[in-house]
Amino acid sequence: MNRRASFLLALLAVTLISLPAFANNYFLSLATFFLLFAYTGQAWNIMMGFAGQLSLGHALYLGVGAYTAGALYFHYGLSPWIGVWLAIVACIALGAFMGALAFRCDISGVYFTLLTIAFAEFARIGFDHFAWVGGSAGLFLKVAQQNHIDWLNLRGPPAMYYYVVLILAALAFAASAWLLRQRPGFYWQAIRENEEAARSLGIDSFRWKIFAVITSAAMTAVAGVFLAFYYNNLFPEQIFSINRSVEMILGPVIGGLGTLFGPLVGAALMIVATEGATELVDALGWNIPGVKQLIYGVILFAVIVYLPHGVWPSIARKLKLER
Amino acid sequence: MAVDRAEVKVGAMNLLEVNNLGKSFHGLHAVNGVSFSVAADSIVGLIGPNGAGKTTLFNLIAGALAPDSGSIAFAGTRVDGLRPDQMCVRGIGRTFQIVKPFAGLSVLDNVVVGALQRAPNVITARLCAEGILAKLGLESKRHLPAAALTLPDRKRLEVARALATKPKLLLLDEVMAGLRPTECDDFAATLRDLNRRDGVTILLIEHVMRTVMALADHVIVLHHGEIIGHGTPAEIVRQPNVVASYLGASDQS
Repeated sequence: MNRRASFLLALLAVTLISLPAFANNYFLSLATFFLLFAYTGQAWNIMMGFAGQLSLGHALYLGVGAYTAGALYFHYGLSPWIGVWLAIVACIALGAFMGALAFRCDISGVYFTLLTIAFAEFARIGFDHFAWVGGSAGLFLKVAQQNHIDWLNLRGPPAMYYYVVLILAALAFAASAWLLRQRPGFYWQAIRENEEAARSLGIDSFRWKIFAVITSAAMTAVAGVFLAFYYNNLFPEQIFSINRSVEMILGPVIGGLGTLFGPLVGAALMIVATEGATELVDALGWNIPGVKQLIYGVILFAVIVYLPHGVWPSIARKLKLER
Repeated sequence: MAVDRAEVKVGAMNLLEVNNLGKSFHGLHAVNGVSFSVAADSIVGLIGPNGAGKTTLFNLIAGALAPDSGSIAFAGTRVDGLRPDQMCVRGIGRTFQIVKPFAGLSVLDNVVVGALQRAPNVITARLCAEGILAKLGLESKRHLPAAALTLPDRKRLEVARALATKPKLLLLDEVMAGLRPTECDDFAATLRDLNRRDGVTILLIEHVMRTVMALADHVIVLHHGEIIGHGTPAEIVRQPNVVASYLGASDQS
């Protein structure tokens, strides 16, 4: 990162920190989603962008994280600040189990991806019949007064949630930047580029792939906990849905796989594309069902065709943000 | 036809001892009852026609394949059946005949990955990698992506990356292929230097006979998965069965 990039990053930080002062609630909710996608994108990017392991089942960690902290709060009034650690432990255990199963049995590439989908689908069906957390009827957390901030139970106005997810996104960015420059980053990228060569250089690829999966799973679990307390209601059909998994990967894929800014730029573009499509349809007065999705799809398609390495690498080149 | 199944002794202290090693693929004996040893601080050449089993033998020694029979001892301990990363930790470095660069990473970062094997952190690893790149004449290309290198440079990168793991034994699989004769001589001088000055023992597969003859203290000839001859380069060229099966047919020097 050079001076110019640092300056832009500082500008972005100042804008984001001061945003609640002048944004209305609707805009703040959009910004919250932008940061949440930036965060989950960063988490997913560690597994795919860095280590080259494609997961299309990250909804698993989002859902298990959300349900762990949500159900413990619902039943026992356990603070999410404790619940989040249990959610992390649960997701690390799940990720380690799935990773060990896959990597011990040499399941790789597209078959590994199918396994990640299968795990998320198992969880969706399982939670549908899990009466303790409400099954398919859903789990509802008590909603408190919005203007009062209760930090202990993570209840409060939209600005509070916004700042929580802002801190999460910033931490995820910093953690990714650090990991990429340290031993794990070098080893993950080596495995991504050529696993056989990586192993010949002394890298225990089994161990390091598992480490990528559990790091990614633990980070995604935290996003799940956030979602549970932000939405206050959880349905297996929604949170474990493959749409969730796909949503999570769009940011880093559009933004630029394996890059630090990719998930951030991609998440911003996704929100702009969705909102842009809505605004456009409203302005034109079209009342055709599915037209929004169509416009959204065209934008995605254009990005993938014209910028196959993602938006960020070409922006970085144009603005001379790299060395 | 195993002319020689007895141990091929090379010098006093053996770094590598391969005993009666066997590996077959679907009934085809790629490596069959191969025994030889490599003395510490020596350079041993492994030659033979295409399909003789040279690369399979390398893959067995480097842990990429597990042998069906026989044993491999490295620095006095059995290592057969270990994983490739464990072999590297023990001190066996290798290159791949079909080069496998980390294409998306810079030349320097490719070597840093190897150097991290012994270095405590990235900063020390980078220093070590810079030194190795200079030794192999790649320092001016260190910030290029590995994908941008020509094939001879990629072969050099393979060697640089393997060297960065500070191996006691370096397995080189046709690193001279595609080089011009003068480049071959330069590369051979670099390898000899590594051997003499840094004490790296080298086992190399090579088709460029002038390099093998100039470089190797000892040569092993493999044919149909079996050792059909061994000796100093001068002895090898006089063995009738070696000349008939390999040298006479496809002498490239």
